[in-house]
Amino acid sequence: MTTTAPPSSGPAGAGRSAGPVRSGHAAAGGEGAAEPPVWPSDDPFVVAGEVVGPRLVLGTGGAPNMAELESAVVASGATLVTVALRRVAPGQGGSVIDVCDRAGARVLPNTAGCYTARDAVRTAQAAREAFETNWVKLEVIADDTTLLPDPVETLEAAARLVADGFFVFAYTNDDPVVAQRLAAAGCAAVMPLGAPIGSGLGVRNPHNISLIRELVEGPVVLDAGIGTASDAALAMELGCDAVLVASAVTRARRPAAMAAAMAHAVIAGRLAYRAGRIPKRYRALASTTSEGMPQL
Amino acid sequence: MTGPVCEGGTVTVRVNGDVQQLPAGCSVTDVLGRLGCGTRGVAVAVNSVLVRRADWPVSMLSDGDQLEVLQAAPGG
Repeated sequence: MTTTAPPSSGPAGAGRSAGPVRSGHAAAGGEGAAEPPVWPSDDPFVVAGEVVGPRLVLGTGGAPNMAELESAVVASGATLVTVALRRVAPGQGGSVIDVCDRAGARVLPNTAGCYTARDAVRTAQAAREAFETNWVKLEVIADDTTLLPDPVETLEAAARLVADGFFVFAYTNDDPVVAQRLAAAGCAAVMPLGAPIGSGLGVRNPHNISLIRELVEGPVVLDAGIGTASDAALAMELGCDAVLVASAVTRARRPAAMAAAMAHAVIAGRLAYRAGRIPKRYRALASTTSEGMPQL
Repeated sequence: MTGPVCEGGTVTVRVNGDVQQLPAGCSVTDVLGRLGCGTRGVAVAVNSVLVRRADWPVSMLSDGDQLEVLQAAPGG
């Protein structure tokens, strides 16, 4: 992968000299790296009757190396981590499975790169054999430039996978109608995008995400497009049950530090959602009473 | 799989698209051993048919077989 050269100044670079990145757990995130927050145990993320716990799901694609990835997984506190299935590559440095094992994270295989229901179903079946899990993140994209989900192929694949005993996490557009169709097809979770994969554009249509939350009874996971922590917090404030983040963490200048930021953001957003935000007003409303004003 | 082996005691197969000559009687498990990829997080299909993990040791390769050997990779 390629990485964008970091700015020489600014928040991410403040007080930190440019140079080779560290490796291993001990230096996770570099100086100032945050530990993963303690997740509120009374409000776990539950899918298909199983307690996942943390409401941050981490995608593993895009990290510069396995050491950086492992540091990010640990710092995120995520217990559910997506992986892909690809041809065996001789001399591959380290295994993402080992990273998940050491971090104590459960593997959620994906069907990334599939363009048809047929290919996605076959990939899911191979992943079930490889990882011995019937959970799958279903991705069926329409083209290689937008990477947007193909709703027709996704729906067909979802129905076939559900019939085959899979618990399907369906990556989908931010379309409330398609989301409802996927839920009706028996998906364990629907995963609307905030913006195109890897774009970092955030939640482009908060209204639709709110509608999906309102119209879909089961878990809703905001997937794709997150750029920074406030995007993840917004998704949670809109009522999503969890957020999946990959590039925003793995391609951040300091992946582990961003992973920790995401973890905090997801908790903050969830707490705010449950707390109930105040209604928006056109005009101001003083919080301090005008009664008893001093007459000086 | 499990068909007749070719003459000369070898079979010619494709592993992830690469032509390979393997000893006759080679199983899926043997191929994985040659690849050195281990077995954890690995899936194998022969001629587009997924081979269940339990069947790897007894799935012998035949001339012309096409194997897809897949393993976990980072992915969002």
